[in-house]
Amino acid sequence: MLQIVADGLIIGAIVSLGAIGLTLTFSVLRFSNFGHGEFLAWGAYFAFTALSFFGATAAGKAMPIAPFSFGLPLLAATAVAAGLTALLVLLLDAALFRRLRQQGAITLVIASFGAALALRNLLLFFYGGVPLYYSQDLQIALVLLPRSVSGGLRITPDQMFVLGLTLFTVVGVHLFLSRSTLGRAMRATSMNPQLARVAGIDPERVLRATWVVGGVLAAVAGVFAGLTVQLRPTLGLDLLLPLFAAVILGGIGSVWGAVLGGLIVGLAESAAVHIVGAEYRAAAAFVVLIAILLVRPTGLFAEKTG
Amino acid sequence: MSELGAWQGWLLGWISYGSFFLVFACSYAVIVLGLNLQWGYTGLFNVGVAGFVAVGAYTSAILTTPEAADRVGGFGWPVAAGWAAAMLTSGAVGLLVGAVALRLRHDYLAITTFGVAVSIQLLATNLQKLTGGTFGVQFIPKPLQGWLGTGLVWNLAYLALVALLLFGVYSALQTLTASPWGRVLRAIREDEAAAESLGKRAYFYRLQSFVIGSMLMGLGGAMSAHFVGYIAPEDFLPILTFQLWAMLIVGGAGNHRGAVLGAFLVWGFWTTAGGLLRGFVPQAEQARAAALQVVLIGMLIALVLVLRPRGLIGEKVSAAVGK
Repeated sequence: MLQIVADGLIIGAIVSLGAIGLTLTFSVLRFSNFGHGEFLAWGAYFAFTALSFFGATAAGKAMPIAPFSFGLPLLAATAVAAGLTALLVLLLDAALFRRLRQQGAITLVIASFGAALALRNLLLFFYGGVPLYYSQDLQIALVLLPRSVSGGLRITPDQMFVLGLTLFTVVGVHLFLSRSTLGRAMRATSMNPQLARVAGIDPERVLRATWVVGGVLAAVAGVFAGLTVQLRPTLGLDLLLPLFAAVILGGIGSVWGAVLGGLIVGLAESAAVHIVGAEYRAAAAFVVLIAILLVRPTGLFAEKTG
Repeated sequence: MSELGAWQGWLLGWISYGSFFLVFACSYAVIVLGLNLQWGYTGLFNVGVAGFVAVGAYTSAILTTPEAADRVGGFGWPVAAGWAAAMLTSGAVGLLVGAVALRLRHDYLAITTFGVAVSIQLLATNLQKLTGGTFGVQFIPKPLQGWLGTGLVWNLAYLALVALLLFGVYSALQTLTASPWGRVLRAIREDEAAAESLGKRAYFYRLQSFVIGSMLMGLGGAMSAHFVGYIAPEDFLPILTFQLWAMLIVGGAGNHRGAVLGAFLVWGFWTTAGGLLRGFVPQAEQARAAALQVVLIGMLIALVLVLRPRGLIGEKVSAAVGK
C-alpha cells in the first residue's frame, strides 16, 4: 500500500514539473501545446549528450556523489539541458507559433501537433529507438520499511533526490511567480491580457519568459524521467496525456493545481499498475481526465480569468 | 516477343501498384471527408482520428472473419454488414466523446480525443481475446473473392467499389453541407452566440456533425482493412492521425474537394518519399530514414499553416464571413 503511494509520488513529481510549464503556457499563450511532451524528451536527451561530453573530459570522471547513481556531471548536464531546451522552445516559437498567433488558438494547436511529430522523430533520427540510460550502474533500493509493515516500502536514493528537488523547484517557481516583477507580469497577462498591456507590460517579453520557464521545467522533468525510468524517443508522447490530465485537474493556470493534479495522476497510474496491471497504465490518466471533465471541468483550483 | 512480354509486365506492375495506391487514397479520402465535416465545417478539433479509424477497422474485421482459435470471433458476417457495424461503433464512440467534451472549451475536445486514441490503442494491444493483441486480426475477408479471385482483377474491382463509395460519401456531404443544416454548422462555427440567439442549439448540431464525421472515419478504416486483409494495433498509431490532418490542411479545410485532393496528394507525397528513402538509403539506415520521413510530414503541416493557411483549395470566403 505504502509502496503504491511512494511509486505514485515519484511519477507524480515528474508529471507535476512538466504540468507547471504546460499550465503556464496554456494560460499565458492560450492554447494547449501538444508539443510540450517533446520538450521533456528533448531536455532528457540534451542532458544525455551533455553528460557524454563531460564524461570525455577528466573532470567528468568524478565519482558519483554517494548514495546517488550520478555525480556533479549530471547536475551540470541538467543545467545545460535546461538552457538548450529553453533555446529550442524560443526557436520554435519564433519559427512557428509567433507567426500563427493571429489565427487563433486552434491553428496553434494544430501547429503544435505537427511540431511535436517533427521533434519526436528528430530524436528518433539522432539517437535511435534503443532505450538509453544516464548510468549503467544498478542502484539498490533502500528498505525504509520491512515487508511486514503495510507491505513494506523500498525507494532508491535517486527517487528521493527527484522528490526533494521537485519540491525545491516548485517552491522556487511559486516564489518567482508571486514575488518577482516578471512573474507577476506573467500572472497579470494570463488573467487579463488587455489590462496587462494597458498597465505597461510588454506582452512579447512575458510570452518569452513563459516559454523559457516552461522549457526549463520541462527539461528538469525530462531528466528526472530519464533518471528514474529510461530515455526513449516516445518519452514525451507517453507523458503528454498525464500532463494534460494534471493541468485540467488542477485548473488551467494554477501552479499548485498542476502540482496536485500531477501527484493525483501519478498516484492513479501507480494504483492502476498494482491493481489492473502495467499494460493499462496509460489509461489511468485518461480515466482521471474523463472524470474531471464530467464532474468539474474547470478543475480543482481554476484561476479566475477575465 | 520477349520485349513485348517485358513491356506487359512493366504495365501490369504499374496497374497493380496504381490500384494499391488508389484504394488507400480513396479510403483516406473518406476519412478526411469525415474530418473535414468535423473541423472544416464545425470547427471541432479531433486529435484522435486514428482511434476512430481503428474502432471501425476492428469492428468490421472481428464481425466478418471466420472462426479463429485464439480469440472471440467466427461471426462470419457479410462484408457489407461489417461495414455498417463499423460505422455504428465508430459513431457510438463519437457520441460518447462528444457528450463528454463538446459542451466544454475547444481545446478540451482535442485533449479528450487524444486520450481516446491512446486508450483505444491500449485496448487493441491488450484485449487479446477480442483483437488478437499485437498479432492483430488476420484473414479479413475480401468481398466477392469467390468470383474474382485475389489477383489484379479483384484489386481493380475493389478499387471501383471504394471509388464509388467515395463518390457517394462526397455527394452526400455536398448535399448535406449545402442544406440549411450545413449553414447552421457554419453559423455556429463563426458566431455561436448569434446562432444560439436564433434558436439553434449549438451543442446538438456539433454533436451531430461529430458523430457523422466519426462514422465516416470508421467506414474508411474498414475499407482499407478489407483490402489488406490484416490489421494490427501498429496500423493505428498517432502518425496516422498526423497524415490525415496533413491531408486536410494541405487540401484545404471547409471544402470537400480540397479534402479529397489533399488525401491523394499527401498520400502520393508520403509513398514517393518512402519509395525514395527505400531506394537510396542503405539498409542499415532505413529505420532512421523512416523517422526523417515523418519529420517531413510534420514540417509540411507547419509550412502550409504558415504560408497558405487555407490550403490549396480551401473554403470559399463569402463577404460576410471574416475569420
